[in-house]
Amino acid sequence: MSEALKVLGEHVAAGQSEAVTGWEITHGELTVTIYRDRIEDVLTWLRDDPACRFTTLIDICGVDYPQRAERFEVVYHLLSMHQNHRIRVKLSTDEETPVPSVHGVYPVADWFEREAFDMYGIIFSGHPDLRRLLTDYGFEGYPLRKDFPLTGYVEVRWDEEEKRVVYEPVELVQEYRDFDFMSPWEGAKYVIPGDEKAEG
Amino acid sequence: MADDQITETAPRKFTLNFGPQHPAAHGVLRLVLELDGEVVERVDPHIGLLHRGTEKLLEHKTYLQGIGYFDRLDYVAPMNQEHAFCMAAERLAGITVPKRGQYVRVLYCEIGRILNHLLNVTTQAMDVGALTPPLWGFEEREKLMVFYERASGSRMHAHYFRPGGVHQDLPPQLVQDIRDWCDQFPAKLDDIDKLLTENRIFKQRNVDIGVVTKEDVLAWGFSGVMVRGSGLAWDLRRSQPYEVYDELDFKIPVGKNGDCYDRYLCRMEEMRESVKIMIQCCDWLMKEENAGEVLATDSKFSPPRRAEMKRSMEALIQHFKLYTEGVHVDAGEVYAAVEAPKGEFGVYLVADGSNKPYRLKIRAPGFPHLAAMDFMNRGHMLADVSAILGSLDIVFGEIDR
Repeated sequence: MSEALKVLGEHVAAGQSEAVTGWEITHGELTVTIYRDRIEDVLTWLRDDPACRFTTLIDICGVDYPQRAERFEVVYHLLSMHQNHRIRVKLSTDEETPVPSVHGVYPVADWFEREAFDMYGIIFSGHPDLRRLLTDYGFEGYPLRKDFPLTGYVEVRWDEEEKRVVYEPVELVQEYRDFDFMSPWEGAKYVIPGDEKAEG
Repeated sequence: MADDQITETAPRKFTLNFGPQHPAAHGVLRLVLELDGEVVERVDPHIGLLHRGTEKLLEHKTYLQGIGYFDRLDYVAPMNQEHAFCMAAERLAGITVPKRGQYVRVLYCEIGRILNHLLNVTTQAMDVGALTPPLWGFEEREKLMVFYERASGSRMHAHYFRPGGVHQDLPPQLVQDIRDWCDQFPAKLDDIDKLLTENRIFKQRNVDIGVVTKEDVLAWGFSGVMVRGSGLAWDLRRSQPYEVYDELDFKIPVGKNGDCYDRYLCRMEEMRESVKIMIQCCDWLMKEENAGEVLATDSKFSPPRRAEMKRSMEALIQHFKLYTEGVHVDAGEVYAAVEAPKGEFGVYLVADGSNKPYRLKIRAPGFPHLAAMDFMNRGHMLADVSAILGSLDIVFGEIDR
């Protein structure tokens, strides 16, 4: 299995040498990293090349790494029903730089890109209809970004007097408790609140 | 005077709001239909009315706490979803499931498949006007849900699969009862079959409606019955086998025309195949030489046994740490997919070495199917919309997540 993937990885790296920046096999899965602006070419080639034939786009999703210069990773999962193998294509972008849309290569990318835009604010250039998909009408912010709080900013309720649904800022009786499970024997990489007094 | 204005050339175009509260919308789907008379010109599905932020919540929960969220995705076949998540965690943590655990998993996945297909086939019949099939189908579903309850304590939201196997072994009587159920179910299926398959109205509403070709299937990222209905023999249980599917004897039904009717036939046939798989699993589980562990004993995800905790301090500590802190999973990323009843259900898991997933993307099979609604409905009549929607097998728990 991994031998076949290695051959495939080499084949992709050779066939798209100008686009591919790296490839690796981990946990029996092939991941190819490419330049952002080459995504359309790469996916078209992966779809049409006789040794690849990745004719099904399984998924497009974003991943957020706020500490990176280009904080978002866009991950494409492809499947070939003909050759029975899978591949993962990755590229990176930030809040402003658009990623070329691939809805021309795979029509299903339309909704996947809308979802990534909705959840992360990743912009896809050339997308025919980049509206929000899953969030509420008039929603603001990008919920899956790491800096978006789990509890969100607004809550809704039915107002009996106004006879309509009203939006209000979230009020919590108790903060969401996010425990820090750092091992006390390994030591923190940061100063625990209150510990700074111990020094002086 | 009003009569004078209605002429052949008068514009007949209007926009219709289908849902979000509509019995044929299979949940909370809002379709904005642009019609020319009764012909559909454009469909704009508005989804997300059931969006609960599962993916965000999972980033804040330990791996074991996260399993419960998967029951609530496709709530028609809960354990199939748990399966994909557990497989992803297993692959990252390098756990192998004991054989008995694998058989129990397969058994319950097939129960899930029948639960799902029974609901879909019968409600699709209801969408096109038949009221009896749901009543018959739900009786069998009820029995299957009791099997869920007897294994996990819960009729729907089971939380039964764990990384490394399943939570507890099945009582012998339960295996026997499932085996007995398998004997009587095909007769019940024949009843539904007789009621629907050659039914004139049912055929008129489904044959040649919502046809998808093999090319469309690939372009729109379909999976599951949507692929097989169009004549492509693709089933992850066969082509990329997981658990013990490669040891079991079953067939993959394939359609010919890719219309709603073929998809219905595929689902009916798949139920019969699922029963075959269940019988094989029950027989295997009932043999005495196959007794053993159902949860990997050498994995950190497995809790120590209660008896052990009474004597061993370390076991008690491990139990406490497991259910408070959880297990730290090494950094890495995997994509694990299972053949859920609706199609390929995938979990893309990114771990950063902590006790919670860093990012978890749920690839719901219904999502690309619904994305193709516009494409599939164009040029069809308004009445076909609900027939097509029914054959897509939509559940909003998994699409909206």
